[in-house]
Amino acid sequence: MIKPVILWTDMLIFLLTAVVVMFIFYARSKPHIRAPWQRVFTGKVASASVVVLLAFVLVGLLDSLHFRLPLASNGDNDEIHYAGEVMSALDTLVGPLRTQVEKTYSAPFAAHLFARETIKLADGSQIRDYPRLLYGARSLGDAVDGKTRDILLRSLLAFAEMLLASALILLLIAYWLARRHERPVRVLIQDILQDKLTIPWRTVLFMLSLLLLLLFLAINLAGAYHVLGTDKVGQDVFYLTLKSIRTGLVIGTLTTLIMLPFAIFMGIVAGYARGWIDDVVQYIYTTLNSIPGVLLIAAAILMLQVFIANHSDSFETTVERADIRLLFLCIILGITSWTGLCRLLRGESLKLREAEYIQAAVSFGVAHRKIITRHILPNVMHVVLITVVLDFSGLVLAEAVLSYVGVGVDPTMNSWGNMINGARLEMAREPVVWWSLLAAFLFMFILVLAANLFSDAVRDAFDPRTRDR
Amino acid sequence: MFAYIIRRLGYAIPILIGINLLTFYLFFVVNSPDDMARMHLGMKRVTPEAVESWKASHGYDKPLLINSGAESIHKLTDTIFFEKSLKLFVFDFGSSDDGRDISFDIGQRMLPSLAIAIPSLIIGLLVNITFALLMAFFRGTYVDFTGVILCVVLMSVSAMFYIIGGQYLLAKVFRLMPISGFDGGLDALKFIILPVVIGVVSGIGAGSRWYRTFFLEEAGKDYVRTARAKGLAESLVLFRHILRNALIPIVTGVVSLLPLLFMGSLLLESFFAVPGLGSYTIDGIQNQDFAIVRVMVFLGSVLYIIGLIMVDIAYTIVDPRIRLT
Repeated sequence: MIKPVILWTDMLIFLLTAVVVMFIFYARSKPHIRAPWQRVFTGKVASASVVVLLAFVLVGLLDSLHFRLPLASNGDNDEIHYAGEVMSALDTLVGPLRTQVEKTYSAPFAAHLFARETIKLADGSQIRDYPRLLYGARSLGDAVDGKTRDILLRSLLAFAEMLLASALILLLIAYWLARRHERPVRVLIQDILQDKLTIPWRTVLFMLSLLLLLLFLAINLAGAYHVLGTDKVGQDVFYLTLKSIRTGLVIGTLTTLIMLPFAIFMGIVAGYARGWIDDVVQYIYTTLNSIPGVLLIAAAILMLQVFIANHSDSFETTVERADIRLLFLCIILGITSWTGLCRLLRGESLKLREAEYIQAAVSFGVAHRKIITRHILPNVMHVVLITVVLDFSGLVLAEAVLSYVGVGVDPTMNSWGNMINGARLEMAREPVVWWSLLAAFLFMFILVLAANLFSDAVRDAFDPRTRDR
Repeated sequence: MFAYIIRRLGYAIPILIGINLLTFYLFFVVNSPDDMARMHLGMKRVTPEAVESWKASHGYDKPLLINSGAESIHKLTDTIFFEKSLKLFVFDFGSSDDGRDISFDIGQRMLPSLAIAIPSLIIGLLVNITFALLMAFFRGTYVDFTGVILCVVLMSVSAMFYIIGGQYLLAKVFRLMPISGFDGGLDALKFIILPVVIGVVSGIGAGSRWYRTFFLEEAGKDYVRTARAKGLAESLVLFRHILRNALIPIVTGVVSLLPLLFMGSLLLESFFAVPGLGSYTIDGIQNQDFAIVRVMVFLGSVLYIIGLIMVDIAYTIVDPRIRLT
């Protein structure tokens, strides 16, 4: 039996996922909530970026299902010992990527190591040459010449698989829409391909096909080659970037999730109650705001390091220790970033409390608590939503910078910041080791770009000031 | 005006006290000086004597708040809180954990920081305004549309990519300038160019897109319509009416940043090995030098608050409609 390991961040991630799913079901029945979301999804750019974001989220969720494998028992006692290594569902899916570790750097699709080494030949003589990789291009044996042909064949296979899968998905979508609109499937396939529907299904399908192509390429190629090369200790860079997705997503989402209750409560209460409560809240956020963010985070992380070092016994595995640090980083980032939202909400509820419908509620004798939850909160939710999606991309980028400064996630944790930090000095090598850096930057760029494009669409749809333009 | 500034300075005092208490709490209460000493001496197998001597040599051996062993006023002054926290208010920074005078170091490192920060700010401002004006001039056309998309793409790239890519391309491949380093006097110029260029480029995306919204907001106002109705050329409307009014939020935003320029840029300075305050801060963090981090937190907060006050003053200067009371 495997032993499930539920980390703190896993729990919060699944909580967040559950909340989002519940919200979707709730919003489906409320036309006034559905309307702006429909506006978001009618945009081609927004729909395409949602598909990309969902792909990232899927990888992140798979990587959040943690467990420990049992060790092979050698005695007849019933007690089972578990491996110290915590695995995730993603690890089991990608299988060989995790375990096929080379000696050191190797370029993408390479068959040989990056550095020359002294090799002992069978007859006892020694030569200096690039040693053959243990796993990269292994299926070719020693006939490395056929590499290009092999890669091409595998890519073609991936392309064919993609076409098949895309066609299947097109059929599924068309069938589903046909049942909803009660029209024949054939008509809807035409509509999708000619982009005649409100939701740009053709763009969505195109994006899906692109992702599927990447998926099939990965399935066909990543097992046989190191598609993005290997890093200093020989780990597959593609595997490392996949693992980093979860860290980026956790930082981007949990940070805002943690600070949200604070910011909403303090902001609304300050604006609604005014007087000394307002003064106190303003004082708190001005004080926190005036401390340079990086330094506050640094100070807090330095303190956490001391704490972890003093309590090293209370963490069973390194993953659990790294996870606590990640959670703590989210909390600290949240503390430094809630002030902006709090100020916005304070201003908004200052304005709202003078609105006629609030005045009416007050004169009817409705309790303050009820006014806040029933009348003010729903009317500031668009501000909250816009801030959450706008903050996401900034936080993902901030993680890399913080890890570089040394106050980011735990050095043992897979993250784009750690990858960049580990590889940046290799740019000075001749020839350059570029693949680790490029892989980290590329994945980070795609995630951030998709998030930025999506957040623009959300802002345009929800912000009353831009809605009319 | 004078009375207003005095009052604003008065508001700053409780904020600074709050920051001081917060940092004191973080650095001395959450973790005791004993923990700090052990961290510096290596975690395992440290004798209590070594910890005591480390604390004594760095001045951490006093009681936190009240020294019951001392006489009269020294009950309060001969404590960590007074020595390490309250003295910051008179800019007495003491010495770092490895024994260097922090005030001296800060004085030395201010100039290189400014040498990078000021040109980046000015050139960046000019470039961003130019691009934003271009997009505003061609608003609603494909120029504007591609411009905005380009801005989003540019701002989605990590700042570290700009730095590493720029160093690799401009300094290593084309050998236009040294990769990193710094020098005094006029020799500094060749070291400054690359960080400034990269600082400007990495800010274009977010900057021009942000300024564009200012221009578009002004362009929708009534006085602009009136100007067009008078028959003014579009370029005249743009430069004489829209630009001038949109500059108000831009200039005041920049003014709030001015004092913080002293702090330098963490990333640029450490990647380019510029001996400024930014790299000083990073070194402090990486060497776990609590004294430096504490001082920089305080200094940064003071500069931020000065920035806030300067914004208010700047508003009255650029916008005559605003009067301070």
